[in-house]
Amino acid sequence: MTEQVEHLIKREYAAGFHTPIDSETLPPGLNEEVIRFISARKNEPEWLLDWRLKAFRAWQEMDEPTWAHVNYPPIDFQAVSYYSAPKSMADKPKSLDEVDPELLKTYEKLGIPLHEQAVLAGVAMDVVFDSVSVVTTFREKLEEAGVLFCSISEAVQRYPDLVKKYIGSVVPQKDNYYAALNSAVFSDGSFVYIPKGVRCPMELSTYFRINEQNTGQFERTLIIADEGSYVSYLEGCTAPMRDENQLHAAVVELIALDNAEIKYSTVQNWYPGDEQGKGGIYNFVTKRGVCHTSAKISWTQVETGSAITWKYPSCVLRGDNSVGEFYSVALTNNFQQADTGTKMIHIGKNTRSTIISKGISAGRSSNAYRGLVRMNPGAEGARNYTQCDSLLIGDKCGAHTFPYIESKNPTAVIEHEATTSKVSEDQLFLCQQRGLDAEKAVSMIVNGFCREVFKELPMEFAVEAGKLLEVSLEGSVG
Amino acid sequence: MLRITDLYARVEEKEILKGLSLTVKPGEVHAIMGPNGSGKSTLGNVLSGRTGYEVTGGTVEFNGQNLFDLETEERAREGLFLAFQYPVEIPGVSNMEFLKAAVDARRKHLNLPELSAVEFMKLARETSKRVSLDQAFLKRGVNEGFSGGEKKRNEILQMMLLEPRLCILDETDSGLDIDALQVVANGVNAMRSEERSFIVVTHYQRLLDYIVPDYVHVLAGGRIVRSGDKELAKELEAKGYGWIESEVA
Repeated sequence: MTEQVEHLIKREYAAGFHTPIDSETLPPGLNEEVIRFISARKNEPEWLLDWRLKAFRAWQEMDEPTWAHVNYPPIDFQAVSYYSAPKSMADKPKSLDEVDPELLKTYEKLGIPLHEQAVLAGVAMDVVFDSVSVVTTFREKLEEAGVLFCSISEAVQRYPDLVKKYIGSVVPQKDNYYAALNSAVFSDGSFVYIPKGVRCPMELSTYFRINEQNTGQFERTLIIADEGSYVSYLEGCTAPMRDENQLHAAVVELIALDNAEIKYSTVQNWYPGDEQGKGGIYNFVTKRGVCHTSAKISWTQVETGSAITWKYPSCVLRGDNSVGEFYSVALTNNFQQADTGTKMIHIGKNTRSTIISKGISAGRSSNAYRGLVRMNPGAEGARNYTQCDSLLIGDKCGAHTFPYIESKNPTAVIEHEATTSKVSEDQLFLCQQRGLDAEKAVSMIVNGFCREVFKELPMEFAVEAGKLLEVSLEGSVG
Repeated sequence: MLRITDLYARVEEKEILKGLSLTVKPGEVHAIMGPNGSGKSTLGNVLSGRTGYEVTGGTVEFNGQNLFDLETEERAREGLFLAFQYPVEIPGVSNMEFLKAAVDARRKHLNLPELSAVEFMKLARETSKRVSLDQAFLKRGVNEGFSGGEKKRNEILQMMLLEPRLCILDETDSGLDIDALQVVANGVNAMRSEERSFIVVTHYQRLLDYIVPDYVHVLAGGRIVRSGDKELAKELEAKGYGWIESEVA
């Protein structure tokens, strides 16, 4: 088996190209002037600038977290550029016809045509290129339903009351080191508001692309589902192949008001670095949602990219009878490191949460699940079910599970199941004896392992995710 | 069909097969019996190309080709089928998906058109009926949570769908009750034909009451020490393996 599996790894990263485009990029470095520049570029109101500065001052007092099960040299935050925008975006185009054709070509190459007639039927998309939102499709159709979907910069201008009320309400500026950094320098991201009782008529999606060298991407996403509404949202990410590591520190905040439901799916395929572990994105992300009475938030993530992933999409189950779900597939290969999981904070009565985590490690990678389930004193009758499965391919990779369980209510029920398995020689032999080649066999076994999570993804993306796993595993068996 | 000449093989430095020779012609059913540790399972694993089994001498010709020139999956596509003693589970991969992938691979190799999903589903349903396996098993994960008998019937289902030329049954009777044994035997008997051969590896004579072999061989110390017809099996049943081992020694 080992011998069979050892041939590591010729991996094709199809999104690894760079678009030669004229950009306005700030020189590397971070100080108050940079923050004032970003804020002024975006024509922001005074309160938001103050909010950013407050975050920046807090960040300066904070220390980089070191508790995650990942290793990397210290990051020089002064060597990163905090703003980069294609020059053609200086006056934001009003329609697709005005968008720089080079940009459109980039997305076509990534398989994401932006012309509305060509895009996936029923999916509206916001597209973020380095620090700015390039275009948002299907806006008019959404506006008919009362759904607001635009870049966060635009939302600050057009819906300042909503932004002011909710930004930082789930992930405060000082929440953690990277959230504070993001709060200080966030450049763009998506904003969604679904009005009361509205079922969003299409899937919403944001596509993030890092293009410039030495830049970080710090997007901020804010989704508000008003009472009784429903929205399904998907994000995808890619970046060019580069030898140096690039920083991505995003914040996502979800607010599900009474009886609302938000389904948030991620297919993360940032550049993972090469076979020797050189380059790749550092993905340090804070995602959290708050559920009011009888609301539901469901996180589904498929994480195959990034050199380092540090991310814990969480649910604060504040209202009674609210529901939180976390479905995750994290695949690491070569020298990738992932420390990912979730936090389910049960505050309300009869709150329920489900965690299904599938970690797949190949090559010399390291894959850790870290999850917290907390039952507060008021969480009468709350329940959690956690299932964490790890699959190892080869014998040079590692899988770790760090579950934290805190229960302050005796009526709460917490169940935890964990398994670690290997793609066994017996399974491979059965497949090969039935005529399947080893690579097809491994991809079939891994897909089977992930089935419970894939079935949570919207249909089109489930197929994508399966294919992505296949590509990410390429060469993992000989 | 199959010509094994003076085969030597080892597993982790330990020599298991020591000069085994056997010829199987089309349409024949050969039973291989022998005490534990005689190399019965090793033979099936070596022929089907399992990793960890090293061939150190001898030749095997399969349908006119040198068997050892073929990869594990190529041997399967050429029509060599091994029914496992302990079939493994593949959680989350539906039996239907697995069976279709296997049949597609075999048909592609034979230059036959791929069956459509609908055609295949119909075929799989009919075939599962023949081995008394409820259709619900087609939707479940491969062998996932199957009982011992269900796993063995699933093996026979795979064999029927793949229509192999040479079927090796590795102690398929172990752990089966009499009803399941009959289902398995009926499946095998229904597949007997002039073009297809079987090697039935078993520890007990019982299975051979249902699958009547043309030849019976006794394997001891890594080679065939005695061959005969079905009467030999009965003799073994009555006397045990001790007398042969002492005769050989």
